[in-house]
Amino acid sequence: MPQQHIVKSYEDELALLDTKIARMGGLAEHNLGQAFDALQRRDPRQAEMAIVADQAIDVLEKDIEEQVIGMIARRQPLADDLRHVMAALKITSDLERIGDLAKNIAKRASAIAELSHPKPVISGLGRMVELALHQLKTVLDAYAERDAERAIEVWRNDQRIDAMYNSLFRELLTYMMEDPRSIGLSTHLLFGAKNLERVGDHTTNIAEIVHYLVRGEPISDDRPKGDDTSSLLVGSND
Amino acid sequence: MEHQVVHREAIGAEPLQPATIIARNVNVFYGAKQALFNVDVDVPRNAITAFIGPSGCGKSTFLRCLNRMNDTIPICKVTGKIMLDGQDIYDPDLDVVELRARVGMVFQKPNPFPKSIYENIAYGPRIHGLTRTKKELDELVEQCLEKAGLLKEVHDRMHEPGTGLSGGQQQRLCIARAIATRPDVILMDEPCSALDPIATAKVEELMDELKENYTIIIVTHSMQQAARVSQRTAFFHLGKLVEVGDTRQIFTNPRDKRTQDYITGRFG
Repeated sequence: MPQQHIVKSYEDELALLDTKIARMGGLAEHNLGQAFDALQRRDPRQAEMAIVADQAIDVLEKDIEEQVIGMIARRQPLADDLRHVMAALKITSDLERIGDLAKNIAKRASAIAELSHPKPVISGLGRMVELALHQLKTVLDAYAERDAERAIEVWRNDQRIDAMYNSLFRELLTYMMEDPRSIGLSTHLLFGAKNLERVGDHTTNIAEIVHYLVRGEPISDDRPKGDDTSSLLVGSND
Repeated sequence: MEHQVVHREAIGAEPLQPATIIARNVNVFYGAKQALFNVDVDVPRNAITAFIGPSGCGKSTFLRCLNRMNDTIPICKVTGKIMLDGQDIYDPDLDVVELRARVGMVFQKPNPFPKSIYENIAYGPRIHGLTRTKKELDELVEQCLEKAGLLKEVHDRMHEPGTGLSGGQQQRLCIARAIATRPDVILMDEPCSALDPIATAKVEELMDELKENYTIIIVTHSMQQAARVSQRTAFFHLGKLVEVGDTRQIFTNPRDKRTQDYITGRFG
């Protein structure tokens, strides 16, 4: 651990920031898990709980934002302290987005609770959620422990989420082509998958922020991009 | 050097000019006590370099080496080499009075001469014979006051005592006095520590303008001031130059843990 600040209240404020980020990250993880659970079990009541729970994340985001602005005004942080407060400010906004995406999945869970779900897609989504949650947890640990290596690991692993999204995308297109009546359901599931892919992207952002926080430099090499669905056309054979 | 220029542009900083002051292996002793150890530093031309560090770290001692102010302290001994535009300033044949005209100094406490505002500026050029006629001298005095942002405030009381000005005005008068001898370098030792924030801002704005034509070195205890005004920052600790670099790099990502601990307020 680095040496403590001479002014103890400053040290306390920096520590408090980390506590809040950890709490916010924990909530985001929990809500995402709960939203998918509601989808999988077709349980509108649980979906509603996941939707309401997002408010706590929004409140924390505001709180962290205010604290950081206050610290910049009053403490004028420099060097690693500056990177610390800026990292917290940026991470909080990625976590808030992750919360929104979880909430969106919960809303879709509610909308399609009456319909019967294609099992292979749901289990595919399940694997995606599992990996997204693992990535999120790892990056939050990397933040708490100031571990740049683990941040890089998370950053690289995102292509696995992208690959899963690609395959679900193709699978859902096939369902829709085979049975146009499934288009409504499949579209909700497709957006659900896209949301998870976006969760992966926000997690990757956090990994980049953690790396900058620890090393003072951005991650240098190019990340392999896995999502090629934006250039995919219905009816193409590849 | 090439690499450094590219890097500065990449981070949005203006490229620095080559060094005007090059110090190598500078050691300073006060009697038996060594105050500076093997200091190597390059000070780029037409830029502001800040020296920071805790009290007693040697930053002021080093600053005073640059115009040989330490010569006035009998027990002080300086070794090593300090070059100003290729000229060794500790060369025994060098005229120290001329050196101090080329390397001006502004101190912590504004110290105008107990003379009129006009005389404060005119004194240096007169003894160095920089002007031939009264008219030329009048013009030079006006120019210097203008450059120091003071002319408007004092044009109708040029012959009143300089000590009658406010603290901030007195400090800008001292800066005007320093530039009157047409120096290349201006050394500033805590120039704003006795000034309020408005007067400080005026001096900082003045420094920004002056750096177009002068090389400025400032010693300051205010980290924020170093971060605001300088392009290069050097951190001294226990008589050693710990780290020198781009100001932005020093304040966002210092390389040395001692620098980090100092600027973030972690020094025990």
